[in-house]
Amino acid sequence: MSVLCEIRNLSVTYRGQKIPALKGIDLDVIAGERLAIIGESGSGKSTLARAVAGLLPSGSVTSGGMRWSSGHPLQPGRDLGFVFQDPSASLNPVLTIGEQVAEGARRHLGLSWNRAYSRALDMLERVHIPEPDKALKAFPHQLSGGQRQRVAIAAALAAKPGFLIADEATSALDMVVQAEIVSLLDELVREAGMTLLFITHDIALASGFADRVAIFKDGRLVESGPMGAVLATPQEAYTKALIANHRDLSTPPLVREVAS
Amino acid sequence: MTLLSVENLSKRFSSGGRQVAALHDVSFMLAAGETLGLVGASGSGKSTLARILMRLIPADAGRIRFDGEDWLALTGPELRRRRAKMQMVFQDVLGAFNPRATVASVLDDPLRIHGIVPKNERPKEIATLLDRVGLSASYAERSIREVSGGQRQRIAIARAIATRPLLIVLDEAVSALDVSIRGKILELLVELQEERGIAYLFVSHDLAVLRAVSHRIAVMDAGRLVETGTARQVIDNPQSSAARALIAAVPRFATGTSAGISEGHDS
Repeated sequence: MSVLCEIRNLSVTYRGQKIPALKGIDLDVIAGERLAIIGESGSGKSTLARAVAGLLPSGSVTSGGMRWSSGHPLQPGRDLGFVFQDPSASLNPVLTIGEQVAEGARRHLGLSWNRAYSRALDMLERVHIPEPDKALKAFPHQLSGGQRQRVAIAAALAAKPGFLIADEATSALDMVVQAEIVSLLDELVREAGMTLLFITHDIALASGFADRVAIFKDGRLVESGPMGAVLATPQEAYTKALIANHRDLSTPPLVREVAS
Repeated sequence: MTLLSVENLSKRFSSGGRQVAALHDVSFMLAAGETLGLVGASGSGKSTLARILMRLIPADAGRIRFDGEDWLALTGPELRRRRAKMQMVFQDVLGAFNPRATVASVLDDPLRIHGIVPKNERPKEIATLLDRVGLSASYAERSIREVSGGQRQRIAIARAIATRPLLIVLDEAVSALDVSIRGKILELLVELQEERGIAYLFVSHDLAVLRAVSHRIAVMDAGRLVETGTARQVIDNPQSSAARALIAAVPRFATGTSAGISEGHDS
């Protein structure tokens, strides 16, 4: 079990803000693990993802920092793939699906366009896009939201990064598509032995496949540990509330049942 | 008592030269004071149905009877007057408000337009409405942009109940909210229903939310209503593949031992 990234006393304040978005975070990312980052809006979970990816906007003030086992920060696109919440915003509307997936492979793996296209075709198959040869020539608007997110995942993984960050990657999708995308991520990360940082507001969604969990609130790390242990014996009141507030089909309804 | 009956409703859209059936022969009934949860994946037609009901877009075929009247035949001032009885709450509440509005003006509009209370009583009514949705009267002078997402959704609910409606159509009304706030909004909706006998048509892709508040659930798939039953029937014994897929997709805790999770159904 080797540590991929040691985050120590990390604080981030965005330009023009008085209140830091992250305050004194200590967290290890272990190579090959699936680490779930859980939090509600304003918890700092997306700021953590951006800090780890080196994608904080210019003018952000950071203190403390991250130490990578490789000795240098991961290069976004090559060592690290990032999947965002809104696939429409992360795909270029005027480039074909093929160009966008091939681009990363061409740039970071040094492939010719021809070989990069065949890598893109392979990636579209791996993310289960129907008729991948046709999809190569399609534009993002011709695909559904779920298919676009599959394409965004294919593009993020085209350069074979060892580390994938998915930031609310399923929140804009309906439940059925969400379940499909989570199972796709699970499959791809397992096959390639990648490290996954899975950021979500939904602790139950992450519980199915994350090894460890870190819970954030108001820019601070509330609690972290193995997923099973945190769910079974949460230490903090906030974690307990988060678990208690979860609703699924076995939660008693708020309305009286009607006779059939 | 039947409040709303939808009969053989159909709607087609043309998209890139193709005709797409957004709704195909949809029929259902809703009783006064009842909640019907309408569930389906993206593109199943549930929002099209909500928009036709609100008379935001026309239907191609079919009938809607609401509160004893032919709802699709109403026009002009007749329709405007009756709209007080059917209100709507959207997912994106900020998009549903004039961004320059204050909380008071958002609530004043329906009271004025529908003549709910005399002019001099409107400030008091606004305070009462705010209080009813759990906000203090001091919110009245705030800008709608200054308040949090959860507070804005409470204001949207206050606006919807201001006209004393018989039916509120809720279109993904809690989907954008944090889980802790979502639960409180659902509780508020159920309280208001018990107190005022309002019927809800609750549209969502999230079956766990619908299970919490629905008496009956209707499942849509590709423009068709494929299954209707009591909430328990649909969830415990789904008949359609669409319902089974929606049930399987609800996130649940992977370990059965966690605190706060009830075992099985309530009795």
